[in-house]
Amino acid sequence: MTDILNTLALISNFIIVPGLAYGSQLALGALGITMVYGILRFSNFAHGETMSFGAMATILITWALQAQGVSFGVLPTALLALPFGILITIALCLFTDRLVYRYYRSQRAEPVTYLIVSVGVMFFLGGLIRFIIGPNDQIFSDGTRFIMKVRAFKEMTGLSEGLAIKTSQGVTIITAIVIVTLLFWFLNRTRTGKSMRAYSDNEDLALLSGINPERVVIIAWIITGTLAAVAGTLYGLDKSYKPFIFLQLLLPMFASAIVGGVGNPLGAIAGGFVIAFSALIVTFAYKKVLAYLLPLSMAPEGLMQLLSTDYKFAVSFLILVIVLLVKPTGIFSGKTL
Amino acid sequence: MSYLLGESMTGGYGGADILHSCTIGVEKGQIAVVVGPNGAGKSTAMKAIFGMLSLREGRVLMDGEDISTLKPQDRVIKGMGFVPQNSNVFTSMTVEENLEMGAFIRRDDFSDTMAQVFDLFPILKEKRSQTAGELSGGQRQQVAVGRALMTQPKVLMLDEPTAGVSPIVMDELFGRIIEVAQTGIAILMVEQNAKHALNIAHKGYVLVQGSNRYTDTGEALIANPDVRKSFLGG
Amino acid sequence: MSRTQKNSLLFLIMLAMVAGVGIVQSWNVALTIFNLCLISAIMSLGVNIQWGYAGLFNAGVMGFAALGGLAAIIISSSPVAATWEAGGMRAILGLLAGLFAIIIGIFTWKKTVTLEKKRYWPTMVVAVVGYALMRLIIDPAISTIEAIEPAKTGYLGGFNQPILLSWLVGGIFAAAAAWVVGKIALGLRSDYLAIATLGISEIIIYFLKNEDWLTRGVKNVTGLPRPVPYEIALQQTAWLQSWTDNFGLSIIETSSILVKLSYAGLFATVLVIILWLSETALRSPWGRMMRAIRDNEVAASAMGKNVTWRHLQVFVLGSAVIGMAGAMLTTLDGQFTPSSYQPLRFTFLIWVMVIVGGSGNNFGAVLGGFVIWFFWIEAEPIGLQLMDLITSGMDESSPLRAHLLENAAHMRLMTMGLILLLVLRFAPRGLIPEKKR
Repeated sequence: MTDILNTLALISNFIIVPGLAYGSQLALGALGITMVYGILRFSNFAHGETMSFGAMATILITWALQAQGVSFGVLPTALLALPFGILITIALCLFTDRLVYRYYRSQRAEPVTYLIVSVGVMFFLGGLIRFIIGPNDQIFSDGTRFIMKVRAFKEMTGLSEGLAIKTSQGVTIITAIVIVTLLFWFLNRTRTGKSMRAYSDNEDLALLSGINPERVVIIAWIITGTLAAVAGTLYGLDKSYKPFIFLQLLLPMFASAIVGGVGNPLGAIAGGFVIAFSALIVTFAYKKVLAYLLPLSMAPEGLMQLLSTDYKFAVSFLILVIVLLVKPTGIFSGKTL
Repeated sequence: MSYLLGESMTGGYGGADILHSCTIGVEKGQIAVVVGPNGAGKSTAMKAIFGMLSLREGRVLMDGEDISTLKPQDRVIKGMGFVPQNSNVFTSMTVEENLEMGAFIRRDDFSDTMAQVFDLFPILKEKRSQTAGELSGGQRQQVAVGRALMTQPKVLMLDEPTAGVSPIVMDELFGRIIEVAQTGIAILMVEQNAKHALNIAHKGYVLVQGSNRYTDTGEALIANPDVRKSFLGG
Repeated sequence: MSRTQKNSLLFLIMLAMVAGVGIVQSWNVALTIFNLCLISAIMSLGVNIQWGYAGLFNAGVMGFAALGGLAAIIISSSPVAATWEAGGMRAILGLLAGLFAIIIGIFTWKKTVTLEKKRYWPTMVVAVVGYALMRLIIDPAISTIEAIEPAKTGYLGGFNQPILLSWLVGGIFAAAAAWVVGKIALGLRSDYLAIATLGISEIIIYFLKNEDWLTRGVKNVTGLPRPVPYEIALQQTAWLQSWTDNFGLSIIETSSILVKLSYAGLFATVLVIILWLSETALRSPWGRMMRAIRDNEVAASAMGKNVTWRHLQVFVLGSAVIGMAGAMLTTLDGQFTPSSYQPLRFTFLIWVMVIVGGSGNNFGAVLGGFVIWFFWIEAEPIGLQLMDLITSGMDESSPLRAHLLENAAHMRLMTMGLILLLVLRFAPRGLIPEKKR
């Protein structure tokens, strides 16, 4: 019995809790990507840098607050700064749209053109961010580090395997739930939200129905900017803020959006968790689990990993490629351009 | 003077003219049908009346007012309803949401209108929470028409509403269209199923190569031997 | 001014700028930039073949270039006797087992067409069993190989052939990978193709970074043999010593310049050959057909042209060129550094080259390679000088000034982004636009 409980604790510690946190981060990022894809109809390669920008804005404000001695108790001060970070990111998105993307809408440009343009935006934003905050790691989290510590868990349960839950993981999961709930309420229960779904579904019919395309675009960027700022900040709280990591994150986020069905918000969330959990499950070392569950004589020698830990990121690309081969519209049958 | 009148319309999509001095009109509470061979410009004439292409010559009048320069969205506000031939519903949204979107330009309470639409198309009430994409072809057409009715239009224009549906569904659709006309709405319809459409038409327009060839009541056109031979299959 | 005159002028201006660097900074620096310009030009030629001829957006340039670098190791480094003895054969066996599994998998896939959706199951079973088998065979071999002197070797090594051969082999490696990638991804829409190729190239890089037994992973393979003489060897020749004495030049600097010039000669030869081949292909009936397909795919396939097969041809050819350039780059570096393959520097920068130079035009791609690489390198010192000028009015010790100066280097990312955006908006056809035929 204790063996099973130990296995559960082990799996929770290394797969379930990190999976929920990483999955939430990917889901939030993928939601931003899927929003732009569904409504503005292009793959936004600059989304990673937008997340980075949002995180940077929040960090700068957090430092200002911390310098003033403001704190949020057990929770990270960054949460207080986040609303302002969101506003700044929204401003950035709207500004970029007005300055850059709007021209191509009027030209009815091809999706590939938008993609290349977004690469240009990615370069520029990337440089701007490094110019402002520098290329190094930045740590800005404070408040209590752990909700549950390994030792405390072991004392509580008497098990030999520990379980740790970081505050940042808890904050990530809860914030993600709140944001997603708000987003779904907006999309499904408000007139404006429904008009956005209608525009994404059938642009010509939406225009015929009197839906204002300019307004839809603005709201789409507002939502995307919010999601980007939140996702970037949460990721930075959980791991640490490194400007260059966001280009790397772009692929798992695209993978999540596509796997779930691009253009479909529910798909983005499902995809995020599928990717996160697959990455962890496939690279987990099952040695200890098998040691607990199997009789001693059959205990394995090697680490029993399907793929080595270094391949964690690669797994998301593998899943992406497989999905593109087998069912390009994804789990929830999103749209293809 | 017709309630809705597209008068001496000449124009096209930018290149050569498709319409040549074409005139089409419809009265309130009546059904006008536009028929003709493929490529005759039937759909083009309807799109011209709706404002989806600009006319080189001619004008469009509604209730005496010249609306030739208005954009389609503005014509909707004026009281025009348009049901396109293809992709005329939001396939990822429920029937009820489709109707809600139809009423988008309205700021008042439109629940009465929705009740009327449900009375007209009882099957939509039954399937109100179903996704429009899952419905059969005929049911989708009903959603499309219902969507257009949500603005309480004075004129309803339908582009080949029975394209691709079975004869039974076609009959049912035509029955509904008659009911809609009876509420006082002017109906303008482009149809491929010429014979059946002219049957229910008060006024018929036979277009050939973008101009009017025959104009008469539906009944007269069906009885006309030339029309019968050329367009109704004898 | 005729088009040819204008284009020649652009190239001349470019050469003049490189010469400018030579005069202002140093000839060594100028030649280093020039060599990398040549290599970048070849890479962007490869990308242009895919984009300009067929409208394919390959966001995986990085992966193909890295495969070229892999060829450089495998061909030119010396085999490590100890590792070959310990696990070499077993590792090869494992790879063969993996290859065999893939072949059986494809076979199963093809033969189970009648099962429709259910065909995924037997194919998946074959894939899983095949993978497990390969791991069983190869894992012990890998651990043994990597355990042998990991600091110095810990890998299999290569076949000790001249490194120039690896340029060809690099092209072949990349072509083979492109064939596989193309079969998988070419049916997809343009965005998806970009994402898929980006993903696949990341997988390739991961593989190269982690399979130490083949590539030494992040420990890098250094000391690769050269196709040109070493500076030290040159410095000891009599003719060079007397020559530099006569002209009063520094022998160290001159030897370095001569080495770089030799590389430049090699690279330029390759560039000219590939350019000539590409232009010939473009003007040929084959090239005309490719462009017809690109301009109207629906019409072309209605006329019976097998569009996907043509796309595959172009994709493979373009990738082969990129692979060759990758091998050349590793040759120039003298070492294989998997972690240097970053998407920004490789994939996206090359794309800026193609777009700015003139997408669809081979000469444009070459010019773009020169121009963008030049600015990419020079943006750092220029940015610094600019920032120095801007902050010259500030207080010496101000932290803002220090911060601005420190981060001036990042302005080059901003500059690149700005250049790309401006070109796309105001001159979308690039410096040397595609010729309308």
